Amino acid sequence: MKDEVQTPEERSAGLKGMGCSRKRVEDVRFTQGKGNYVDDIKLPGMLFGDFVRSPYAHAKVVSINTEEALKVPGVLAVLTAADLEPLGLHWMPTLAGDKQMVLADGKVLFQGQEVAYVVATDRYAAADGVEAVEVEYEDLPVLTDPFEALQSDVVLREDLAGQTEGAHGPRKHHNHIFTWEQGDKEATEAVLSEADVVAEEMVYYHRTHPCPLETCGCVASMDKVTGKLTLHGTFQAPHAIRTVVSLISGIAEHNIRVISPDIGGGFGNKVGAYSGYVCSVVASIVTGKPVKWVEDRMDNLMSTAFARDYWMQGKIAATKEGKITGLWCHTTADHGGFDACADPTKFPAGFMNICTGSYDIPTAYLSVDGVYTNKAPGGVAYRCSFRVTEAAYFIERMIEVLAIKLNMDAAELRRINFIRKDQFPYQSALGWEYDSGDYHTAWDKALAAVGYDDLRKEQAQRLEDFKAGKTRKLMGIGLTHFTEIVGAGPVKNCDILGLGMFDSCEIRIHPTGSAIARLGTISQGQGHATTFAQIIASEIGLPADDITLEEGDTDTAPYGLGTYGSRSTPVAGAATAMAARKIRAKAQMIAAYLLEVHDGDVEWDVDRFVVKGDESRFKTMKEIAFASYNQAIPGLEPGLEAVSYYDPPNMTYPFGAYICVMEIDVDTGEHEVRKFYALDDCGTRINPMIIEGQVHGGATEGYAIAMGQEIAYDDMGNHKSATLMDFFLPTSWETPTYQTDHTVTPSPHHPIGAKGVGESPNVGSVPCFSNAVHDAFRPFGLTQSHMPHDHWRVWKIARDLGLHR
Amino acid sequence: MIPAGFDYHRPADLSAAIGVLQEHGDEARVIAGGHSLVPMMKLRMAVLSHLVDLRDIPDLRGIEIGSDSVSMGAMVTQHELISHEGLAQAVPLLREAALQIADPQVRYLGTLGGNVANGDPGNDMPGLMQCLDATYRVTGPEGTRDIRARDFYESAYFTARADDEILTRITVPLPATGTGYAYEKQKRKIGDYATAAAAVLVGEGFASIAMTNLADVPVWSAEAGAALAAGDREGAVKAALAAIDPQEDMRGPVEFKTHVAGVVLRRAIDRALARVAGGNS
Repeated sequence: MKDEVQTPEERSAGLKGMGCSRKRVEDVRFTQGKGNYVDDIKLPGMLFGDFVRSPYAHAKVVSINTEEALKVPGVLAVLTAADLEPLGLHWMPTLAGDKQMVLADGKVLFQGQEVAYVVATDRYAAADGVEAVEVEYEDLPVLTDPFEALQSDVVLREDLAGQTEGAHGPRKHHNHIFTWEQGDKEATEAVLSEADVVAEEMVYYHRTHPCPLETCGCVASMDKVTGKLTLHGTFQAPHAIRTVVSLISGIAEHNIRVISPDIGGGFGNKVGAYSGYVCSVVASIVTGKPVKWVEDRMDNLMSTAFARDYWMQGKIAATKEGKITGLWCHTTADHGGFDACADPTKFPAGFMNICTGSYDIPTAYLSVDGVYTNKAPGGVAYRCSFRVTEAAYFIERMIEVLAIKLNMDAAELRRINFIRKDQFPYQSALGWEYDSGDYHTAWDKALAAVGYDDLRKEQAQRLEDFKAGKTRKLMGIGLTHFTEIVGAGPVKNCDILGLGMFDSCEIRIHPTGSAIARLGTISQGQGHATTFAQIIASEIGLPADDITLEEGDTDTAPYGLGTYGSRSTPVAGAATAMAARKIRAKAQMIAAYLLEVHDGDVEWDVDRFVVKGDESRFKTMKEIAFASYNQAIPGLEPGLEAVSYYDPPNMTYPFGAYICVMEIDVDTGEHEVRKFYALDDCGTRINPMIIEGQVHGGATEGYAIAMGQEIAYDDMGNHKSATLMDFFLPTSWETPTYQTDHTVTPSPHHPIGAKGVGESPNVGSVPCFSNAVHDAFRPFGLTQSHMPHDHWRVWKIARDLGLHR
Repeated sequence: MIPAGFDYHRPADLSAAIGVLQEHGDEARVIAGGHSLVPMMKLRMAVLSHLVDLRDIPDLRGIEIGSDSVSMGAMVTQHELISHEGLAQAVPLLREAALQIADPQVRYLGTLGGNVANGDPGNDMPGLMQCLDATYRVTGPEGTRDIRARDFYESAYFTARADDEILTRITVPLPATGTGYAYEKQKRKIGDYATAAAAVLVGEGFASIAMTNLADVPVWSAEAGAALAAGDREGAVKAALAAIDPQEDMRGPVEFKTHVAGVVLRRAIDRALARVAGGNS
């Protein structure tokens, strides 16, 4: 009876579907310390593994003596490359078409590289065993500078000697990995030579690290009776890991079960395959017991998954009125000792060719040279789609540099170059088709929200006061309009190791009208169990609270390529909607049959099918679900269940307008973020509260990167930032306060119009913070100063500009 | 990040603790809050066979405010320093400095004695104690002796305390009523050591200046104090900067640290002067 008096709006609200700021269902366990992470997994008889790591950045390994280590109580085995070689596992393929040592095979290429793997009965004994392994090294000349590496006679990769053809085309030098070119070189050079104005700058995006709260780890368990390997791990792509493990170990794929339990943040760190996984699997096979390996913080910062490290030389051409006519970029990409970048196969520099940004730039050319150095491998997408943060930083810096050259306001320069709303779908000069956007509306809303004109007046007054000696603080206004490219991706051009980058969802409705959905993705804190249930709730009219969501177990979930690159909502979210629509189609047939009308004579109304023109005759989804478990329609198979494997027709292109106001103390280099305004357009918004949380988190990471976070090496290749003392993670004290806002421009090709948002705030905030620093010093002649803008580097800007007394 | 094995001792009185140190020599170390020692052990830069936990020894506790000095047990935590109202009245500089040490979680465990005794040039309290002209009481097999904070620090991690002595109490003379004070610290983030920090006391014809993390020991400069006492602010800064010897690290190069040391010291002096004789900004 109650149901009959509810309005459609009330029924809709009860579902907690799309648009509802539904509380995260995961947080009940997370906030009570009841999560189940890899390190919480304890299996009977479980052993522990730990690595002997190289203290040298480049050295020959002369000998490894394990004798003393094996005497340590509790130490059972010490694996070296020599032990793995007979199995063919001393090297492993990387995601980028290179190969990587699992354990040092005659030499080491970066400090912290895995040299030997100690297996012991507990982690204390393993650590003691690590101390007791004696390794003799003979140090070799170290290359930490990619430009020097391309000139040097020092050969880093003797294993590639004589190979002039790499995984991505010709190699120009023994330390060169690939050249990747996009766009029209000749046409761009012609534009540059004829332009009214050309601004040129080297923009460096320094090396950093995703540094998730939980480090990488796994528990490998080989059951010698069943021949089945179970691998629990911190995997952002559990299905792909299963396939990779099968391919490199020779274990049949059906005998491998990969489980990603709760994951404490990934941010790209947990996409790759690491030595720890391979060694743990081997150790479990050798000992017949489960073997756990978990990185400590130093292991994590030194050896797995750096991000960025792109030297981007740019030239941007414009008319004297400020209309951009061409963009040229050459990037020198420092990939470390092995090319282990996590990119789709055909994109060795990721989607760096989104570097024309939000602007209608008719002609452009991009080339990227990958280079080997004595640094850790990685090159992951740290809370961004592949190399999109680098691209956004590059173009948003180049716009500022051009504005200086033109003596124009940078907000106005952006406005006159934005791709217009009527130009979408827009073909970019570097090969992408932007799906939708309304940049002018977003920009005007952002400028109005912060009171841009008044801020500029205040800034001008501050400058006067500074020059008059009334203050030692400058004010910077950072602007950014970014365009993301996420949702990799269409199988026609996106694959990893030959696996197309589709994703999947399988939904099963239970008789009483509740449901379970399983996806090929895996949440690392994004709140999938909350948001994907909301998609289903809106699509099939069952309450989100009645829908269980499971991911991460390859024995039960449908195959998918995992969660990174903001791809879960654009790809798996689409699969979820499509699977739900298959269920709704079958439900429509059942409803029509039960109501004794033709299929076309019923219509969908929130949570039910209603006979057209007679609202009193309907069947709710709950009723239909129960009916589907009997002979709802003679001849029709029972049950209500569907699966969708979704191959997206295009990427999605979220965008945003960010503005930062920063105070800078020229005497100490300290700063204060006075305001940070973030307008995001991620298309259809599924859960506004989760979006806001994503923006806060991503902007905080962006703040860290721009203002202090870096992976630094000295000339000897010694890692200088391997602890959280020197690797900057902001606490609540340093974290700015954020003002969030939005516009909604749905994706035209996505089933629900959603575009993804998790990475936008990192992509957009880094240039925004950096531009604020630059803007403060613009009146004194600063054009470019590399990140991170920590105290001493900002102080140095002021000193070099003669601002100290 | 896993320490080597060790035996854990938890004596109930001072003589038992000293006995363990005597028995095991440099194989043994005392532990208070553990914020310096435990990371060193995890990195295996300190490998000890015996760890002597001082938390059950009553003599090492308590804050006593006397007529001309305050006495603080070595195991008094930073949190206790901050929350003790009488101490905040008597020596407000202590609370101001302790509030700039790390974060509340660290301050619940971190102790005054551990902070001053370890000889870590990054710690805030040694410079502060030199500024306040504190005296440390140490007890060992030979008995008890007092060492001025200004004589205690020899080089990084080396102090006037012998290996078998335990620092038990810290005594600070009460500053005269109306003394201006300030502790000014620049750091990269909460939990970091100082890029540069300065402790200043200033009153009628009197001043004391010490700086932190700008040499391998805390830097108390008699010349700087004398200059400030005579009203010469820039002379004080010049003298203090002549006494420091900063090293380059991830916080920045020497030139930057030296410059910031001057800025931080001037700010500390200005704030202290503003507080002289009842001013409480």
